[in-house]
Amino acid sequence: MRISALWLRELLPLEQSVDDIAHRLTMAGLEVDSIEPAAPAFSGVRVAEIRKCEPHPDADRLQVCQVSVGEAEPLQIVCGAPNARVGLKAPLATVGGALPGDFRIKKAKLRGVASQGMLASARELGLSDDAAGLLELAEDAPVGADLRDYLGLDDQIIDVDLTPNRGDCLSMLGIARELGALLGTKPTAAAPAAVPVSHDHEHDVRLDAGDACPRYLGRVIHGVDAAAATPVWMQERLRRAGIRSLGPVVDVTNYVMLEFGQPMHAFDLARLQGAVRVRWAQGGEQLALLNGETITLDDDSLVIADDGGPLALAGVMGGEPSAVSDVTRDIFLESAFFAPTAIAGRARRYGLHTDSSHRFERGVDPALAEQAIERAAELLMQIAGGEAGPVCRAENSEQLPQPAPITLRAPRVAQMLGADVPNADVVAILGGLGMRVDGPGAGPWQVAVPSHRFDIGLEVDLIEEIARVWGYDRIPSRRPSRPLQMLPQPERHVPRRSIRQLLVARGFQEAVTYSFVEPGLQEALDPEHTALPLANPLSADLSVMRTSLWPGLIAALRRNRNRQHSRVRLFEMGLRFRGALETLEQTPMLGAVVTGAAGPEQWGEAGRSVDFFDLKGDLEAVLDLGGNGEDFSLRAASHPALHPGQSAEILCRGEAVGWIGALHPATAAGLDIDDAVLLLEVELAAVQQAMLPGFRRLSRFPSIRRDLALLVPEATPYAAVQDCVRAAAGNLLQDLMVFDVYQGRGVPEGQRSVGIGLILQDLSRTLTDEDVDAAVASVTGSLQRELDIHLRG
Amino acid sequence: MSTQHAEQLDALVSEASERVSRADSLAALDEVRIAYLGKKGRLTEQLKGLGRLSAEERPAAGQAINAAKQALQQRIEGRREVLEQASLGAQLEQQRIDVTLPGRGEQNGGLHPVTRTLERVEALFASMGFAVAEGPEVEDDYHNFEALNIPAHHPARAMHDTFYFDARHLLRTHTSPVQIRVMEEQGAPVRIIAPGRTYRCDSDLTHTPMFHQVEGLLVDEGIGFADLKGLLHDFVEAFFERSLDVRFRPSYFPFTEPSAEVDVQCVACGGSGCRVCGGTGWLEILGAGMVHPKVFESVGIDAERHTGYAFGVGVERLAMLRYGVDDLRLFFDNDLRFLRQFR
Repeated sequence: MRISALWLRELLPLEQSVDDIAHRLTMAGLEVDSIEPAAPAFSGVRVAEIRKCEPHPDADRLQVCQVSVGEAEPLQIVCGAPNARVGLKAPLATVGGALPGDFRIKKAKLRGVASQGMLASARELGLSDDAAGLLELAEDAPVGADLRDYLGLDDQIIDVDLTPNRGDCLSMLGIARELGALLGTKPTAAAPAAVPVSHDHEHDVRLDAGDACPRYLGRVIHGVDAAAATPVWMQERLRRAGIRSLGPVVDVTNYVMLEFGQPMHAFDLARLQGAVRVRWAQGGEQLALLNGETITLDDDSLVIADDGGPLALAGVMGGEPSAVSDVTRDIFLESAFFAPTAIAGRARRYGLHTDSSHRFERGVDPALAEQAIERAAELLMQIAGGEAGPVCRAENSEQLPQPAPITLRAPRVAQMLGADVPNADVVAILGGLGMRVDGPGAGPWQVAVPSHRFDIGLEVDLIEEIARVWGYDRIPSRRPSRPLQMLPQPERHVPRRSIRQLLVARGFQEAVTYSFVEPGLQEALDPEHTALPLANPLSADLSVMRTSLWPGLIAALRRNRNRQHSRVRLFEMGLRFRGALETLEQTPMLGAVVTGAAGPEQWGEAGRSVDFFDLKGDLEAVLDLGGNGEDFSLRAASHPALHPGQSAEILCRGEAVGWIGALHPATAAGLDIDDAVLLLEVELAAVQQAMLPGFRRLSRFPSIRRDLALLVPEATPYAAVQDCVRAAAGNLLQDLMVFDVYQGRGVPEGQRSVGIGLILQDLSRTLTDEDVDAAVASVTGSLQRELDIHLRG
Repeated sequence: MSTQHAEQLDALVSEASERVSRADSLAALDEVRIAYLGKKGRLTEQLKGLGRLSAEERPAAGQAINAAKQALQQRIEGRREVLEQASLGAQLEQQRIDVTLPGRGEQNGGLHPVTRTLERVEALFASMGFAVAEGPEVEDDYHNFEALNIPAHHPARAMHDTFYFDARHLLRTHTSPVQIRVMEEQGAPVRIIAPGRTYRCDSDLTHTPMFHQVEGLLVDEGIGFADLKGLLHDFVEAFFERSLDVRFRPSYFPFTEPSAEVDVQCVACGGSGCRVCGGTGWLEILGAGMVHPKVFESVGIDAERHTGYAFGVGVERLAMLRYGVDDLRLFFDNDLRFLRQFR
C-alpha cells in the first residue's frame, strides 16, 4: 500500500516527520518498506498555456509555439509533441531550470528556430512512463505557477507492506485510523453526506449466493460525460498509489477504493439486460474480461450476472461487454460486500490479481458499501456531471458477519505476554482502536469489535492488539526458570555429526545439492526407480525428486571437474524419495562420490588414481564407527549405473542397505567423464546403529603368527575364504589379515595366490607348536574340503 | 728397572699415542689397540718379557708397563669417544631433511557452511535443553497449512510459493509442520528445534528453491512472550558472539499470535546503516510468536493450561551474516573453491 504523506496529513493531524510516522507504523506491525519522493528532483518547471501554434518551417513533426507563463511576453518554444495545441495547459521547463537527472534547460535552436525552454511530458518529469505527448494540465491550472507547488509534488510516498490480516489498512482512511490509534489522535474526515437524488430510476438487484454476498448496493447515474477529464489532483493521487488514470468513471471508483478501501465497479447501464444477480457461476460459462482475456468459469466462482449471463467475476474484475466506455451515458455503480471465503483463491485460479481481489480476499468492512457509494456518486457528478438515482439496496442482513463480543481476562493477558500491562492501559488501547470495552476495572471485560476489524474474533487477537500498541519493546526479556532436564544421549546410536567429522578427516568435502534433479541424469544413475515429478517445477532440470543422492553429487562432481578440479571427494546426507506418492519412502541416506588421485599430490610418493578399495576403506571406516563393522558385508552385484565387475551391494546383517562401486564406463561416457568415478550410497539408519563396547579379558600369553599362501579359484570371493578360516580356526584366532594377492607367473590359470596371516592366542596358556599346527591343519583342511583351496607349493 | 728399558717403554707409548691420535676411524683405532694391547700386542709382549728380568727389577718394571698400558687404554678410549661423536654427527648430518616440505597423507575436507551453521545452532539450543526433531520433506497439505491455521485460500498461502505434487501433497514450505507432528505425537510439554530443508517455488538473486530453516518450539505451563524475547536475544548474542541489540516488531503468521519479526542490530555496520542492512541498521533474521490457540486445538493440547512459543530462522541467512557470504546461490553450487573456505 503506497501512502501519500500529504494526503495522509490531510486526513489526520500529524506533527511527526515522515520518518517518525514510518517508524511508528513499522513498530506497530505495518512494516514500511520504503519512503520515496513523489517526484524526482526538478526545478524551474511552470504551468504554461499554449497561445499559438505554427508549423516549423524546416521540420514536419515540430511546431513553433507561443507559450505564456503569465508574463508580458510569451515565450517561443519548439515542440514535437503530437498533442501540442492552442489552449492546452502543459508544464514548461524554463531556461535555467533542470529536469530529472540534472538535465539543464538552456536556450536552444531546433532546426534553426530558437526555443526558450521545453514543454514536457509526464515521463520527462519522472512522473510516469507516459511519453505519448505533453502532460495535459487542468483547464483551470494557474498559468505561471510552479508545477511542484501546483501538483503538490514535494510529497513522499510511504510504501507499507501490509500483512494479510490487516485488510482494514488497505485504504487511506484505514491507515489514518490506525495511525490515529497509535498516536492518540483522531482522523478529521466525516462520513460522506448523501448526494441529492434527482430521479427515481432503480435497477433490480437479486442476491442468489447466500452469505457469499449478503449486501449489494447499486445506483443508477444518468447523463455522465464519460469523456470528461479526471482532475489533476485525483490523477496525481492515483499515480502516487500506483494506479493509472483510465477515465473519470474508473478513476472515481479507484479513488474511492483508495480512500475508503471499498472496491467498486461501474457498469454501462445500456448494456445490462434485466436484473443484476449475484450468483455462483454455472460451470462452463464464459466471461470476456476487461483485460482482454476470456475465461471459462467453474461453479465455485461468484459472478455478477444479468439475463444475458455473467457480467463480472465478483470482487475480482469486470467484463468487457458491460464496461464503461467513452460513449457511455448512464452507469450502474456497484458497491458490495463479498465474503472473503467467496473470493479467496479465485483470482489466482484464473491467473489474476487485482486491487479489488487483493482487498476482498483479505476482507472489506461490510459497513463501507454505503459510504463508498455516496462518495463515488458525489465525486463522479463533480467531475463528469450526471444525475444520481436512489441507492438500490439488496441485503440479507442476517447473513452479514455478526461479530460477537469477546471476553478478555487480565490474567490471560499476563500469561500470554509475561508482562504486567496495567488494566487502564488495556482499556485505553482497545478504546483507541475503536472497541467498546465493558466490565469491571480489573476485568474480565466484554469487548465489542468495530466492523472494520474483522480480523479480530478471539481473545488472543485482542492480546496481540494490546501488545502491539503497548509496544513489544516494553515487554521484558525473561530467562528460563524451569527445572532443567537432561537430554537423552543414546550411545547405541552414531550421531550424524560423527559420521560427517570422520569423512571430513578422510578428505571429503560436504555438499548440499537440491532434492529435485534433472530427470535425464536421474534416469541414467537410477533407472530402476521412477522419480516422483513435481506438478509445478521451477524448470525442467529441477523437476523430479531424487531417488538417490547420486544425481546431485555427480552433477556437483562434473561442475567441479569443469572448473579444473581433477580430484573431487564429496559426500552428502539427505533424503531420497522412492515410491508412489501415497506410499512414498523418504529415507535419510549418506552418499559419496570420488574421482581423481587417491591422495593429495605429494612430492615423495608416486600418485595413482583412486580405486574401489580406496572408497571401500572410507566406507569401512564409516561402518566401523558404531563398533559393529562385522555386521556389514559386501556382495558382488550389478547395478545399471555401475561397472559390473566393480560394484557391490552393502549388506547389514544380510539386509541390503546400499551400493558401492565404480561408475559404469558407458554411463560415465554419456556424462563426458573420462576418469574413474566411484560412488557410494548407504542408508543412514544402518550406519547409525552402534554397539555398546563390551570388555573382553586381555591375554597374558604371547600370540603366534602363521602365514599361509593359498591358491584360490578366481571365482571364490575372499569373503568366503575369511568365513571358512574363522570357522575352522576357532577361538584361538585373534586376527586375520590378507598380506598379498597375486596373479601371474607361477600361479596356475584361473587361480589367485592369496597370502593370509593368522594371529593365534590363548587366554589361559602359552600355545605350543602342536596347538598351532592343529589349528592350521584344521584351517587348511576346511579350505580344501569346502572351497577347493590348496596351499601354494 | 734399567734406564734402557724405561726409555724403550716410553718410546713405545709415545709411538702408540701418536698412532691413536692419527686413527681416523673406529676400525683404525681398533687396529692400534690390537697392535699394542692385544694378546700379541707390543705392550703385552713387554709384560711377557718380565720373566727375563731379575726378581728385584721385576715389580718396578711390571708397574711401569701396567701404567703404560693404562695410559694407552685411556688415550684409546678418549679417541674412541671423539671418533664416535664424529661418526654420529656425520650420520645425523646425512639424515638431515627439509622440514619445510609439506607433510604426507590426506588433507582435511570440510563441512558445508549450512551444516556448520546448523551444528552451531543445534549446540546452542541443546545447551538450553532443546532436542532435535525431524519430519518429512514431502508433506501433506494438512501438516504444512491446515493444522497451522492456514486453511485453503488463506492469503498467507500466497506468501508461500509452494511446490505441489498433487492437490494434497507438497514440498514443505517451512519447518513448522514438524511442530505439528511433534505435538501430535507427544503432547505437552515440548522443547524442540527442527532443522531441515524447506522449499519454495522461487529463484532469483535472493531466493533459492531449496533452503534451510530451524524451527523452535517450546510448550509448557507459564510460558509468555517475555520468555521468547529472552531466549532469542540470548541466541542471537551467543550465535554471533557479541553483544547486539535485538528488536521485536509486530508481524503476522497464522500459526502464532502475538507474532513478531525479530530484527538484529546489523552485524556488518553495527547499526549505522550499510549495504548489508539496506541502510536501516537492522537485519531481519527471525520470525516468532506465541503458538496460536487454533494450532493447539488441532493437536489436542489445552491452550488454557499450556502456552508456548515458536520461532523460525533462515540458516543460509545466518551463515551469510556470520561468514560474510554475499551471494546466496553459492550455497548450492557446491564449488570446491567455496566449500573449502569453511573447513
